[in-house]
Amino acid sequence: MALEGEYLSMPVHIDAIDREHFEFFSYCGRHELRAQQCVSCHLKRFPPTTACPFCSHPESTWERLSGCGAVYSYGEVHHAIQQIFRAHTPYMLLLVELDEQRNEPEEFDGLRVQGNLATADAELAPSDLVAQVGIGTRVKVLFKTIGTGLAIPLWAVDAEAEQPDKPWRYPIE
Amino acid sequence: MNQELNASSSKHLRGKYAIVGVGETEYTRGSGCTTRTLGTRAVRAAIEDAGLTTSDVDGMLSYSYNDSTPSPIIAGDLGIRLDFHMDVYGGGSSIEALVGIAMGVIEAGMCNTVVIYRAMNGFSQVRIGGTGRGGRSALSGSSLFTRGIGLSSAGQMFCQSFMRHMYDYGTTPEQVAHVKVIHSEHAANNPKAYYKQRTTVEDVLSSRMIVKPLHLLDCCVETDNGTAIVVTRVDRANDCRHTPAVIQSVVGRCIKPRGDMHYQSGPISTVAGHYAKDILWPNAGVGPKDIQVTGSYDAFTFTTLLQLEDYGFCKKGEGGDYVSSGVMRLGGERPNNTSGGHLCEGYTHGVNMVIENVRQLRHDVDDSCAVGPDGKRQHTFEYGEGGCRQVKDVELTANLGWGTPGIGSAMVMARGG
Repeated sequence: MALEGEYLSMPVHIDAIDREHFEFFSYCGRHELRAQQCVSCHLKRFPPTTACPFCSHPESTWERLSGCGAVYSYGEVHHAIQQIFRAHTPYMLLLVELDEQRNEPEEFDGLRVQGNLATADAELAPSDLVAQVGIGTRVKVLFKTIGTGLAIPLWAVDAEAEQPDKPWRYPIE
Repeated sequence: MNQELNASSSKHLRGKYAIVGVGETEYTRGSGCTTRTLGTRAVRAAIEDAGLTTSDVDGMLSYSYNDSTPSPIIAGDLGIRLDFHMDVYGGGSSIEALVGIAMGVIEAGMCNTVVIYRAMNGFSQVRIGGTGRGGRSALSGSSLFTRGIGLSSAGQMFCQSFMRHMYDYGTTPEQVAHVKVIHSEHAANNPKAYYKQRTTVEDVLSSRMIVKPLHLLDCCVETDNGTAIVVTRVDRANDCRHTPAVIQSVVGRCIKPRGDMHYQSGPISTVAGHYAKDILWPNAGVGPKDIQVTGSYDAFTFTTLLQLEDYGFCKKGEGGDYVSSGVMRLGGERPNNTSGGHLCEGYTHGVNMVIENVRQLRHDVDDSCAVGPDGKRQHTFEYGEGGCRQVKDVELTANLGWGTPGIGSAMVMARGG
């Protein structure tokens, strides 16, 4: 059993033996962002792992997240390495800090997710949108279906959230 | 004195092992030969530099991203029968770690003298980020968070840590560009550097953007080269050709919490050196203020800066001031990467920075100064363009190896007696 799909002409194959990713992306297929939560210490973690990084317990449950957060840091790719991304430059590599579990278990820790900035209809963001986003921008998850029962999370500017006056961006545009 | 800082303590093999030979091929783009040839030539050059013969070598270590030739083949080509060898996976931060392993296997009686090499066609075959390789295989679960979002090269992996450092501490693009400027000044005094042209801050900031915050000239050069070093016990080192570079302490591939998912554990502008420093300095019995030359890995301008901060050469957040102040320049208080490093001399996954510090400790860097009747260069300590790059009276150096923001290695070496 596997999740099969295709994204930007790249084939995607997630085998069921990769249990944690299979389950995470199956939930994405239902347009639900979930994180593993340890049955022992109850801390959530991201990305999917085979044990709890805080207490090493192997068992977890999948808890639904709000999918809301803020850009913690970013990179902006102007020279793509992968051929398939060349048509999409500049594109944003966002590190999104989710609202859940900020500064836990230690100060400066958080649930952080790597992802691309997208438009509200789940396409990679064009350059004018990229130029408006920086550290502090409030974003919300959205899903792009890429196969049967399979979707990937992308991040769009949260239209309903209160945004900072000016997100922090690299000083040279 | 605290036992941990007692230099007479044998606890950490302090002062018992040395790098006695260094070897390298030309730093080129287009070696026109295999990594097998590069490795063989570099290993042979290092053995010869040590004043040893191939029969003195009985251990070998190498590292690669499966883009090189393993040691049984290199040793076989040179007619060396090995009692120990190992070829490990990895790039930056490997060389210091492998020095530690070499010390351990010799101490365990497994062999006596180890050559460590890295042979790579880093421009003409497998480029940084494995460009041209692996791009067509299906995306699995975890790679949907990497290749699936266009995150595959080193710059793409590290950029968020660099950007966050600017946000957290107000580090400016101009400050960071000084790393390239200063290393280019050093490279101008290194006849074997791939880029010998001096660079200005304006050159860096006007070069095209690769991945913000990295301009083209914030990124290191990609080159083809073989590099090697010879590690043995200090008592054997005294029979070798050159003054030994004596190993005072080593940290090997120390990692931040969460390892490759280091960005979950904050602050992300802090790197592995924050943890490695607590091994490096106590084991060496010295601190950053005692170090005269640093070799802080410059895969990017930022990697040099972040590591110097976290190893304690300046306060956290003041790396921008440190790298732009002139401290790291030849003639400054503590020059960094005097060969030009990865940004200018050539890309070796860290070996050339160790080689350079070994030569600094010998007081015999290969600059353009005239060679005297004793076969040694008559260093002028005039650091103008094309001039000397020997630092005066070097006794202690530090290498700070970078793997990722979350992985680092380090080594302190002293001039042997």
